[in-house]
Amino acid sequence: MGKRIVPALRYAILILVAIVMVGPFVWMFATSLKSQEEIFRTPPRWIPEHLTLANYERIVHVLPLGSMLLNSFTVAIGATVGQVLSCSLAAYAFARMRFRGKTTIYLLLLATMMLPGQVTMIPVFLIMRSLGLIDTLQALIVPAFFGGAFGTFLLRQFFATIPVELEDAARIDGCGRFRIFWRIFLPLSKPALATLALFTFMSYWNDLLGPVIYLSSTEKATLTVGLANLQSDIMTTRYDILMAGAVLSVLPILLLFLVGQRWFVRGITLTGLKQ
Amino acid sequence: MNKHPGIWQRLEPYVYLLPTCIGLLAFSAGAVAASFFLSFTQWDMISPPEWIGLGNYVGLWQSSLFWDVVRNTVMFVFMAVPMSVVCSLALALLVHTPLRGIRLFRTAYFLPVVSSMIAVALVWSWLFNPEYGLLNYMLHAAFGITGPAWLDDSTWALPAMVLVTVWKGLGYSMVIFLAGLQNIPQDLYDAATIDGAGGWTTFRSVTLPMLSPTTFFVIVITLINAFQVFEQTYVLTRGGPANATLTLSYFIYQNAFQFFQMGKAAALSYVLFACVFVVTFLQFRIQKRWVFYG
Repeated sequence: MGKRIVPALRYAILILVAIVMVGPFVWMFATSLKSQEEIFRTPPRWIPEHLTLANYERIVHVLPLGSMLLNSFTVAIGATVGQVLSCSLAAYAFARMRFRGKTTIYLLLLATMMLPGQVTMIPVFLIMRSLGLIDTLQALIVPAFFGGAFGTFLLRQFFATIPVELEDAARIDGCGRFRIFWRIFLPLSKPALATLALFTFMSYWNDLLGPVIYLSSTEKATLTVGLANLQSDIMTTRYDILMAGAVLSVLPILLLFLVGQRWFVRGITLTGLKQ
Repeated sequence: MNKHPGIWQRLEPYVYLLPTCIGLLAFSAGAVAASFFLSFTQWDMISPPEWIGLGNYVGLWQSSLFWDVVRNTVMFVFMAVPMSVVCSLALALLVHTPLRGIRLFRTAYFLPVVSSMIAVALVWSWLFNPEYGLLNYMLHAAFGITGPAWLDDSTWALPAMVLVTVWKGLGYSMVIFLAGLQNIPQDLYDAATIDGAGGWTTFRSVTLPMLSPTTFFVIVITLINAFQVFEQTYVLTRGGPANATLTLSYFIYQNAFQFFQMGKAAALSYVLFACVFVVTFLQFRIQKRWVFYG
């Protein structure tokens, strides 16, 4: 094969795959800008004949969109704070302290990554019920404050690369271990903390199972469960409106991803594990 | 604390680990034990749980619906996992070597990973629409094929769900494979070229063996995730049509939070747990035969 044909062929395949991967998003956006009458017309058009924002106006009427967005943000940000705090504390202990039972606890924690969430789902629900947290956002946020295998592993790996000399110097200056953690480890670990924060935010923003189980009232619903209910209860074929909702659900996370892309990729390759 | 530096020194690590340990005890170990206990009871969350021994497990064994669910889950896993691993490896190879604008393509392929399953499933259910969906329109326009009813057709609903799942997860495994490819030393390729190996031979005897630890890892996590398929079912089909897409995870959710049969749901969750455990265990046993740790 000639040297010019090979890159050309590769570009052709790359573009074809890109259409398959990105096409549905373009179609989602295009549909959300069409009128109800136009989405059922053949042949379908990628660019709407009459651009309209009516679907976005309508979705505000059928869904309490403001409160749903606020709930989604509250859960995602609350859980992110909880994960970053609890995981970084644990990771520091695992990376820099000596104590009895360290290996056992660490292995036990890592083993939970293999544990299907369905096994713990019912008892955790019962715990939340006994705490009176059913139909509250806290039911989703509180567990995030009690550590996690992914975040602890990620941060421990990063903390282990911080030179011991820095720590020794601080100790000679009279710093306690907590101050070393707070003043030295956390500021030096910003990339790893950003990775964990992005992953946690994304998985809680996108989560459907948790909100479906815990949040029964409309005032407490997050955007994901709101959209799922909208589709199943009210308008199974109003794809014009549903696509507007889908765009609103995807948009914040896409923006976040485009800004923090390198942290996403680093997080996956560093741990190779999904939240 | 300054009066007893020795005691504090010993206690301090456990203070840092307190949240993690509470989480491990309550939300993991304790919950696993509680589920196990619940699986031997009958409980509707109103009256107290009643001990029925192996009743739930026997009941499942004798129910044909349960076996349908197991069959659906296994079929889903065995369609989704090989397809996902092969396609993501192919994608990684495609975007591995440098080319102008290659980063843009990598980003594009990763977009489905970060999007919510609800948004993705909504647009796919629109694409799958039998009459007005883009997919059947294109099948007809390009090949003259009248496409199936996809999610409304009990034969095609499960494969359609596989398609959405694979499409959404491709970018994730691709990134892991990409990292694996970048760790293969260049001199191995140079040596292969000197030996006169062609592209396919180099792939078979250098790339694949050197990549096998990564492949193993990708297979393990893809399997674990595939067994737990829930959100796709919830948004695309709710288990229908005629239970054709009812999978274990969704069946557990139904029994627990729609029918309030907590004991049965707990027993089901242990079936799922056992499946994941056995398959993962087998993976680790078999890996010695094909994974190459250079």
